[in-house]
Amino acid sequence: MREGRGPGSWETVLAVLRKDLLLELRGLEVVPAMVLFALATLVVFHFGLNRDTVDGQLAAGVLTVTLLFAAMLGINRLFVAEREQGGFDAFLLAPVDRSTLLVAKAMALFLFLAVLEVIAVPAFGLMLLGAPLGRVLPGLIAMLALGDVALAVIGTLVSAIAVHTRARDLIGPIIGLPLLLPALIALARGVGPLMGGHGSVWPPGRWVLILALYDVVFALLAYAVFDFLLED
Amino acid sequence: MDQPPAIELRGLVRRFGERTVLREVSVSVPAGATLAVLGRNGAGKSTLLRILATLLRPHAGSVAVLGEALPRRAFAVRGRLGLLGHDPLLYRDLSGRENLGYHARLHGVGVARVDEVLEAVGMRERAEEPVRLLSRGMVQRLAVCRAVLHRPSLLLLDEPLANLDPAAGGLVAPLIGRASGATRVLTSHDPRAALAEADLVLGLEGGRAAFLAEPSRVDAEAVARLYA
Repeated sequence: MREGRGPGSWETVLAVLRKDLLLELRGLEVVPAMVLFALATLVVFHFGLNRDTVDGQLAAGVLTVTLLFAAMLGINRLFVAEREQGGFDAFLLAPVDRSTLLVAKAMALFLFLAVLEVIAVPAFGLMLLGAPLGRVLPGLIAMLALGDVALAVIGTLVSAIAVHTRARDLIGPIIGLPLLLPALIALARGVGPLMGGHGSVWPPGRWVLILALYDVVFALLAYAVFDFLLED
Repeated sequence: MDQPPAIELRGLVRRFGERTVLREVSVSVPAGATLAVLGRNGAGKSTLLRILATLLRPHAGSVAVLGEALPRRAFAVRGRLGLLGHDPLLYRDLSGRENLGYHARLHGVGVARVDEVLEAVGMRERAEEPVRLLSRGMVQRLAVCRAVLHRPSLLLLDEPLANLDPAAGGLVAPLIGRASGATRVLTSHDPRAALAEADLVLGLEGGRAAFLAEPSRVDAEAVARLYA
């Protein structure tokens, strides 16, 4: 490391990410709550729909909504430690590129979502899905990964806005959900054909492309505006 | 050639909504000197420190820190200043060593320095414990470590000895006292202690500079009026 000159951008991203993962491992505040919420939602769907199995677009909708609501918990908590324990000030006092905080937080949220899905998707398969997931798993993972990028980037942006307000638990969903809508529609439409009935193994290219494009546009937009969100 | 002042404020104004917290404050602090800022609660001391730390923007007037105009050149100043405020800026679920390791990485400082500062404040043996389990005095000692980890040229010290007993105060003195060699701005509710440390004293009353003088020229009555 270069004494006194400040670290490089990736060193900063890794430092913040490492700290966030360590905090989560110690506190277990976010991921367990997301997983429990997702499992409870799947149970409600299982009994609420009064069907043993679902497939096609209905299955995709159930999975997308479950993951979205669980993700909102993670989004709301993303900057709480920074706000309540002075992490913002500590970061702002360091000679680092402020956008690295966006990248690190988005990566942390992406990892939280990945852990959530490792548990929630098999549970969804067991509780609700008629067809086995094995054959479609690569396509489903690709689609979920693209959806997670959208949730992570937009979620981080929204969380950074919301954490400075008194009604942060409300602001997150109010701003976040409309921004996430196109990505969620693309995710659900892309996942639908994989959920049995169609015999498809890969999601339709159109929805993959739309979701990927949405990820890129919002990643650039978030990078452009994030600095201003940290200003006094 | 003369060295530029470490801090140069001209007509500094800062508001929070309708309330003006700092009004036309002007002061010049030479490099290596100590400015003591006196005043009762709400006088604007912490706000002044946060502006110097680049965490708040001035609403009027000019601010130059370490030769750089703020807020435009804030990036050039960060990393050269250390802030020790009311909040220790430490994560409660992480240990002292983990917290300082994180700050060392943010400042591009080698982790060997973490051991050095922990040793200096007598916290090396308690460094692995989560911050939430430590006493307030120990947390304050860790906060001192955090503030000086990167050997800043300017130390902004808001009640630096809060929660510290005399022994702990003696331990942190080489890091944040005159021996640190840094330019210092310090606030204190104890005017006598602050006057003993200072080269220059700024009395703030309702956000306005009531006086600015060397300690030997500060009128005891003027100080008493600040806290009346």
